[in-house]
Amino acid sequence: MVVRVQAEGFDAGGELNRFTAACDGAGAVVSFTGIVRNRAGAPLREMMIEHYPGMTEKAIAGIEAEAVDRWSLGRSLVIHRYGALAPGETIMMVATAARHRADAFQAAEFLMDYLKSRAPFWKKEIGRDGAEWVAARDEDEAALGRW
Amino acid sequence: MDVLYFAWVRERIGHPKEKVETTAATVRDLVEELRAREDRYDAAFADLSALRVAVDQELADFDADLSGVREVAFFPPMTGG
Repeated sequence: MVVRVQAEGFDAGGELNRFTAACDGAGAVVSFTGIVRNRAGAPLREMMIEHYPGMTEKAIAGIEAEAVDRWSLGRSLVIHRYGALAPGETIMMVATAARHRADAFQAAEFLMDYLKSRAPFWKKEIGRDGAEWVAARDEDEAALGRW
Repeated sequence: MDVLYFAWVRERIGHPKEKVETTAATVRDLVEELRAREDRYDAAFADLSALRVAVDQELADFDADLSGVREVAFFPPMTGG
């Protein structure tokens, strides 16, 4: 289990290659990369991501521990950025490795669902005409119910 | 104890962190003390259903006990990922 919370950008492809190379005995690696989505109509200038230092790392480690407990996982990786990001930049990535793909897919989805609603990050969209906090979506909270 | 605010709660209250001397037994009691201070606190805490709370960096509810607690944080629902 590796958790990194950082302001700096990262190369998701390079991270995935290094993760895969270190996965002894795995038959499947699943990864997800989240990027800053631009808005239709009112272009986004930047996305500001705030977090709760200390709690963020603990919350993600707790979510990862839960995933390891539920699925047969070899390794997992979570990288999440904070600070000012431009549209198209990579915000975060998750990777999971398991002997079989079902475990890797499900654990990756579980990690994503929980990171959305249970890791203390808040996004603010900054456009030309002002800024607003991104509201949590009911669907994201509801997604936790399936686990 | 340290009281922390994040996202729009921080903006509405005007600072990210403060030391609070309190005898509040629960988070809800602490919220009532803060609301009585000034309008900006009252406005920030007007709708508790729009807020989440963490006690010593663990998600909690508003009835959580504050005895021995060092840090309480208030924030809107999280939007990670």
